[in-house]
Amino acid sequence: MLRKPARAARINTFPLLAPSVAALLLWMTVPLAITLWFSFRRYNLLNPTLHGFAGFNNYRFLIADPALSHILLTTIVLVVAILAITVSLGAVMAALFNISFPGRGIARVLMISPFFVMPTVSALIWKNLLMHPVNGLFAAISRGLGIPVIDWFGSLPLLSIIIIVSWEWMPFAFLILLTALQSLDQEQLEAARLDGAGPVAIFFHIQIPHMARAISVVVMMETIFLLGIFAEIYVTTAGGPGIATTNLPFLIYQRALLAFNVGSASAAGVIAIVLANIIAAFLIRTIAKRLDV
Amino acid sequence: MSKAPLRIAVAIAWLAALLNFFPLAWMLLASFKTEVQAIASPPLFFFLPTLDNYRGIFAQQDYASFALNSIVISLATTLLMLLLAVPAAFAMAFYPGAKTRDLLLWMLSTKMLPAVGVLVPIYLLARDLHLLDTLAALVIVNTLSNLPIAIWMLFTFFRETPKDIIEASRIDGANVLQTIFLVLLPLVLPGIASTSLLSIILCWNEAFWSLNLSAHNAAPLTAFIASFSAPQGLFWARLSAASVLAIAPILVFGWISQRQLVRGLTFGAVK
Repeated sequence: MLRKPARAARINTFPLLAPSVAALLLWMTVPLAITLWFSFRRYNLLNPTLHGFAGFNNYRFLIADPALSHILLTTIVLVVAILAITVSLGAVMAALFNISFPGRGIARVLMISPFFVMPTVSALIWKNLLMHPVNGLFAAISRGLGIPVIDWFGSLPLLSIIIIVSWEWMPFAFLILLTALQSLDQEQLEAARLDGAGPVAIFFHIQIPHMARAISVVVMMETIFLLGIFAEIYVTTAGGPGIATTNLPFLIYQRALLAFNVGSASAAGVIAIVLANIIAAFLIRTIAKRLDV
Repeated sequence: MSKAPLRIAVAIAWLAALLNFFPLAWMLLASFKTEVQAIASPPLFFFLPTLDNYRGIFAQQDYASFALNSIVISLATTLLMLLLAVPAAFAMAFYPGAKTRDLLLWMLSTKMLPAVGVLVPIYLLARDLHLLDTLAALVIVNTLSNLPIAIWMLFTFFRETPKDIIEASRIDGANVLQTIFLVLLPLVLPGIASTSLLSIILCWNEAFWSLNLSAHNAAPLTAFIASFSAPQGLFWARLSAASVLAIAPILVFGWISQRQLVRGLTFGAVK
């Protein structure tokens, strides 16, 4: 940005910045250092006699556990499936809501509402009122149509979680992509229409390219949050049946607060941090491009 | 677009909006049913509504304390966060230096640290400091984890304020305090208000730390609602009423601030 700082107006910004920087520095380094330290220790809260340096054993046991690859896969499937659903639906809906129509304001409020619902409420609405195999609405509809009732959390547990979390996050993609679309030059759209482009061609050749950066931001922000899906699993399947819906966050929770194995949980925590950092690097680069300071 | 496809597009948009909202509407309906009506098969769309569930919740002493915890956590976090974030964002927006860009990006990177990666140390630190199941623990954790979002959001608002105004008011003879409180504050107040709303929304709906760091004394509504997930706790009408009360205020906040939220949640990359 081209702005000459007025010489006389320079002030010492250190006292203004120091509290935030110090707080974030502590928040970032101390827990991280402790996690790393514990991940190399033998440390179980239930067995105080067991302690000492564990070397890479926590990592070795974790990686040797056949469940881990399944859990990592579940973590990634959740992220990828929910991203695919929310971003594609969100983009199509944004294009539809870019048309001005009667009651659009109200319809938009209805669209974005699920995003503001606390995750435990969302999960329980779906688990009890909609997906319950006996008393849920879906079961009643199935019976009405004479088709077999689906035991959602029993037979399709991962899909159930994907549906619930997609319902929560589609509004996020929708809202951000709609905001991006509304900055699209109307004359450009008009010109494309005059050249005979239909709505589908306009969507793919003008609107999608225009939303490209917004889509990449949505993908990365969602990825950061979706890698940490926890409450929805906690109140619906508790990671089961078996380990069918156990993702990395739920594994860490089980290891740390249910099994009290601090060493093992910390090793899994380090894996989660590494995974998130790979994505964060891309996200920060995208945002940095837009930042003009 | 010609008439017919336009009508179809609008019809699809409305249908999608109604379908998307349906689970919430269904829950609202269930909150006015009796427990028997709530699990009736076939499901009831028309029935004599009752307020018993809401009465029951207000009669239950617990609910008020969970709601109060949510309110205290949201407000205290927002206040503490503004105290830290406003000066920092002000300094970086109005007096940017050579390091400002790196500082902003570094702050953003702290938000990328997954909460679950530091669950163990935070839990153990809270335990050793006797902060488990206290409001203070949740306020501190919420403040720190949302601080980067607040600083960024305020920064993008502050940066849009004309910088010359500071110089102009100085020339007109205003001192620093007068400049800040009489000239600057009225201009940046909408930005601070939007940031506060986003902070309240995020804190109110925060579930990960609430579930892991609180038991009963400090448990907010997110944790209270989770307690309904127990298999024996199949009180759907009661659960629905409790849920409606828990989400209603935040839904309204969300509707009011939807535009500004985009800016905060994308770190200024989309607005």
